[in-house]
Amino acid sequence: MIALLKRDLALALRSGGGFGLSLAFFLIVVMFVPFGIGPDSGTLAKIAPGILWIGALLACLLSLDRVFQLDFEDGSLDLLATAPLPLEGIVAMKALAHWLTTGLPLSLAAPILGFLLHLPAGTYFWMFLSLLIGTPALSFLGTFGAAITVGLKRGGLLLSLLVLPLYIPTLIFGAQTVVLLADGLSNTTAFAILAALSLFTFAIIPFAAAYALRVNLR
Amino acid sequence: MKFEVSNLGCRRGDLRVLSGVSFTLTGGSALILKGPNGSGKTTLLRCLAGLAPPTEGNITAPNEQIVYAGHADGIKSQMTVAENLRFWADVFGQDSIEQALDMFDMHPLANRAAQHLSAGQKRRLGLSRLLVTGRRIWLLDEPTVSLDAESVKTFAKMIDQHLIAGGIAVLATHINLGLKTATELDISQFKARPQDHGNPFLDEDLA
Amino acid sequence: MSRPNSLWEYANPTRFMRLTDKVLPLAAVGAGLCLLIGLFWGFFLTPDDYKQGSTVKIIFLHVPSAMMAINIWVMMLVTSLVWLIRRHHVSALAARAAAPIGLTMTLIALFTGAIWGQPMWGTYWAWDPRLTSFMILFVFYLGYIALWAAIEDPDTAGDLTSILCLVGSVFALLSRYAVNFWNQGLHQGASLSVDKEQHVDNAFYLPLLVSIAGFVLLFIALVLLRTRTEIRARRISALIARERQG
Repeated sequence: MIALLKRDLALALRSGGGFGLSLAFFLIVVMFVPFGIGPDSGTLAKIAPGILWIGALLACLLSLDRVFQLDFEDGSLDLLATAPLPLEGIVAMKALAHWLTTGLPLSLAAPILGFLLHLPAGTYFWMFLSLLIGTPALSFLGTFGAAITVGLKRGGLLLSLLVLPLYIPTLIFGAQTVVLLADGLSNTTAFAILAALSLFTFAIIPFAAAYALRVNLR
Repeated sequence: MKFEVSNLGCRRGDLRVLSGVSFTLTGGSALILKGPNGSGKTTLLRCLAGLAPPTEGNITAPNEQIVYAGHADGIKSQMTVAENLRFWADVFGQDSIEQALDMFDMHPLANRAAQHLSAGQKRRLGLSRLLVTGRRIWLLDEPTVSLDAESVKTFAKMIDQHLIAGGIAVLATHINLGLKTATELDISQFKARPQDHGNPFLDEDLA
Repeated sequence: MSRPNSLWEYANPTRFMRLTDKVLPLAAVGAGLCLLIGLFWGFFLTPDDYKQGSTVKIIFLHVPSAMMAINIWVMMLVTSLVWLIRRHHVSALAARAAAPIGLTMTLIALFTGAIWGQPMWGTYWAWDPRLTSFMILFVFYLGYIALWAAIEDPDTAGDLTSILCLVGSVFALLSRYAVNFWNQGLHQGASLSVDKEQHVDNAFYLPLLVSIAGFVLLFIALVLLRTRTEIRARRISALIARERQG
């Protein structure tokens, strides 16, 4: 399974669409917010945590349709499904590879982009931490959506429609982790639930996604 | 080793395509599936591989010995020939890719990125992938597509060696590979009859 | 055909068609009567509320549609599970048939809520947890319906929408709590409850129950009708496929 992770990471690096695209998209979204809202630093500071979370969430969506699509088209998935690895494990590795190429770089970039939005001082670390803990859930849920839509010709748009509603709890608790802190309140509960949500998706999503893949492979 | 299929039924979408497919293969023998396009060769092979559930019947085979190679090669164009083989060897828990490189004389190509291979070379790489799985029952769907005459001969040799070593192969192909221990099976004889469909939506009382 | 001795036998399309042939008109007539009585009683024969005036009477549309919006999703969850576990085709088709009705009920609840909310809270829309939850339910319905529409093979579509319904139910529930955490809200508590003393006044209670019964019967009639249509559509595509195969 480590071989699969290594291969997926190598492919993401070599095809150029891996790290770069979602980071660039994230930057553009964040840059566009002041254009739409106005340059007032007080307003921007207030909405910065939410914007960063939504920007990261949308950037996560971009590369989801590729998680299984290429392997499905070139027959790799047939062979992987008959390999001695459990399909659930394959799904988890795919989600992990997706997170390493999107969620992790986005989490690292968020504090830097937060600087541009006048993110309140003292929340930078929590911005990073909430994304670091929350984005794995986004990758796992996205992988489930990708497994469902893998057999469809133009599944990209449908994938967003299926996956975005599943992102609601993660978005709420992730953004609240930072917003509560910025308001001078305790964010322990929000952060604990965010972490619990991620663990919960690790536990159930591989089974649901593997089931969907088996259906699509028959 | 014994690969036994009895009274197997397969379906494509809403309809049963085949029913009552039965054959037994022992180590060292090959089966060549014949039949016109659309007769269900791919459906049958995917069912044998365990990718699609059968509608009826049994497949008896040693545990984790079946490998399926379909129309698509499963080759990543950004990786080299050796990397592609290495990956599948790792997935299937095998150590060496040398034998696979030897088979189709691919040592000179080992470090070439797969995107620079010709269609025939890609196909050769796709087939040599079978060797790194370490599995002994091969299910091959149109394996000789885009191979030149020379490579077809090499492929026939590869199958022969596999059979001599006690392996089993089921192939859907139109080309005569000259395999000595191969039997042919015309699958149009197993075509499911309309009354066999078992589809509750085709119940005459439903009208 | 002999007399069925198990509920599961109605999962056979032919038996289902035969049964619903008789049940459907009954449900339709019952729905019409209950809605007519419940709504007329509610709109014209109940007193105006001392605080809310006559606007309160939208409760006879709002509460039943909101209940149905949630209950229909639960029904889809149950039928999806039945399909996944017992492979009864009618079950999957019933889930498919119910979804657009659930979507419509959610819309009715949202719209009547907005009309009610304007005089009550001075706004058509607020990001109140209950309102937001219904908006979320609405997008879950949309995704589910879009997935059914996108997949051609009916069994594949049944499997994939069922697993989506399962995972979706869990996350819809999580969203409900997430939204509560995020905003405490101004919506009043549940209008009807068994254990609490303080539900709506008796003058409203009875016509409301009749309206709810009307909505339930209306849903039954509609879902049976739509499932029958789905069964016929499945038969047609199966016949065409058989024809093509020769």
